[in-house]
Amino acid sequence: MSVGGRVDGGGSTPALSIRDLHKSFGKLQVLRGIDLDVAEHEVIALIGASGSGKSTLLRCINLLEPIDAGRILIQGDEITARGVKVDRIRRRVGIVFQSFNLFPHMRVIDNVTLGPRKALRRSRDTCEADATALLDRFGLADKARDFPDRLSGGQQQRVAIVRALAMQPDLLLLDEVTSALDPELVAEVLDVIRELASGGMTMLLATHEMGFARDIATRVCFLDDGRILEQGPPAQMFAAPREGRTRQFLNRIIEAGRL
Amino acid sequence: MRRAPGWAEPTAFRSTLVALISTVVFFGFIGWVAVNSPGWSAIQESFLNGRVFAESFPAIARSFAVNVQLFLIAEVLILALGLAIAVLRSLPGPVFFPVRLLMTAYVDVFRALPGVLVIYILGFGIPGLALPGVPIEPFFYAVVALTLIYSAYVSEVYRAGIDSIHPSQEAAARSLGLSRFQSLRHVIVPQAIRRVIPPLLNDFIGLQKDTVLVSYIGVVEIFRQSYIKQAGNFNFTPYLATALVFLAVTIPLARLTDWLIARDKRRQAEGGLA
Repeated sequence: MSVGGRVDGGGSTPALSIRDLHKSFGKLQVLRGIDLDVAEHEVIALIGASGSGKSTLLRCINLLEPIDAGRILIQGDEITARGVKVDRIRRRVGIVFQSFNLFPHMRVIDNVTLGPRKALRRSRDTCEADATALLDRFGLADKARDFPDRLSGGQQQRVAIVRALAMQPDLLLLDEVTSALDPELVAEVLDVIRELASGGMTMLLATHEMGFARDIATRVCFLDDGRILEQGPPAQMFAAPREGRTRQFLNRIIEAGRL
Repeated sequence: MRRAPGWAEPTAFRSTLVALISTVVFFGFIGWVAVNSPGWSAIQESFLNGRVFAESFPAIARSFAVNVQLFLIAEVLILALGLAIAVLRSLPGPVFFPVRLLMTAYVDVFRALPGVLVIYILGFGIPGLALPGVPIEPFFYAVVALTLIYSAYVSEVYRAGIDSIHPSQEAAARSLGLSRFQSLRHVIVPQAIRRVIPPLLNDFIGLQKDTVLVSYIGVVEIFRQSYIKQAGNFNFTPYLATALVFLAVTIPLARLTDWLIARDKRRQAEGGLA
C-alpha cells in the first residue's frame, strides 16, 4: 500500500494506528486498505466525496462497525484483536454523529452523565458536577434541565460533543457534525471544535467544510474509493494537490462555492 | 409555531359529538326494528326482565371483583414477562440463538392456540398430575393461563416498539461505552415503552374481556355467576347485566386509549419525538 503514507508521531506511540483496514457491506467494498497513523494532539480532516468511506472509517475506529480485515491500535493497544472488550475501547474513543443522536427522553444533563454514570460507574453527584462544568464551558449551562427537543440544532450538536467529552476520551471522532445544521448554526459548532483543537484534543473529523478543514487540521487526508489517495498538510493539500482525483474533487468544491 | 392552548379540543369535541349522534341514530334504528319485531314480547320477558335483573345484579357485580383481581394480577405479570421475552428475542449474535429460538417458539405457540384451549389444558391437566405441592385452585391456573397467552401478544407489542427506535440511538449509547444491556435498559426500552402504551392498552381491553374464559375451569367469576343466575331463573337477563358491567368498565378504557393515541400523533406532528 504505497498510497497510505505514515506520519511519525515524534517517536512516541501514535494515538491511533490503522493498518490495511478493509470493510465491506455485502458486495460493496467501502474501505479497501486504509493505513493511517495519528499522533497525539493531531487533528486529521478526512475529506472526499459522499460514499468515499469517511463515515465508515470513523465508525470502524469506534468498533460500531465490525471490520473485515486489518488492525486498529489505540495508543499501541490493538482494539481489533480477538477477545477485546469493545465497551472498554469505546470509553476511550468518543464519537459525534451528523444527526446528533441525543437521547430524546432524557434531559441534557442526563444525556451528558449517562456514559460516566453507567459505563464508568461514577456517582451521580460527581458526574453532574463534571457535566455542569463542561456545559458551562461551552455556553450550555442554562440548558442542563431542558429536553433536547427544546434546543436548536447547534445547541443539540454542542450537547452531543459535551456528551462525548464527558467520557474524557483519548480520541474524538467527528462525523460530518455540521452537515445537518442550518447554515447560521454551523459557526457555533465549529467554534467548539476549534477550542478543542487548541486544547490539544486528538481528533479525526470527516467534513465537507473545506475552509474549516484548512484552518484547523494539522493534516488532511483525501479518501477516494475506500483508500487514502493523498494526504498532507492543509496548505499543500488545498493549494497544490498531487493527485488528479484530489484536484478534481477540490475543483468541484470550489465551483460549489464551498472553499 | 405556537398553538393556542386547547387548540385540538374543538376537533376532539366535534368528533365525539358526531360519534354520539351517529351512535344514537344507529342504535335507535336497531331498537325500533327489534321492538316492532313479532317475537319482541317473548324476548322482552326472557332478556329484559326487570325482576330477574334486580335479583341477579348484586351477585353478578360482586363476582366481577374476581375478574378485576384476576386482571390486575395477570396484567402485572404479563407486562413483566412480555418485556423479558421481547428483550431476549432482540439479543443479537449467534450465542443467543437458542434463547431467541425458544422465545420465538413460545410466542408462536401461545398466539397460535385458542385461549380457551390453553386454559382448559392447564386448568385440568396440571392439577390432574396430582404432583405434591402443585396448587389445585382454578384461580391459580386462570392467572397462569392468561399470563402465558397475553405475554406472547404483549411481547410482540414491546418488540415492535423496540424495533421502532432508530439504530442511531443504540449506536450513540454503545459509543459511550454502555453495554448492549445497558443501552436497552436506559436508552431503547424507555423510549419504546412510551411509544407502545396505546397498543398495550388495547391488549388490556382484550384481557379484561378474556377473564371470562376462565369460567370454564370452575372459577366463579362474573360469567359463571350470570350462568348460575340464568339457570336458576330460566331467564337470560343476567347475561345482559354482565354485558352492562363490561360496557361500563371497558368503554372508558377504550376512550383513554384513543385519547392517548391522538395525543401521541399530535406530539409526533409537533416533532417532539423524532
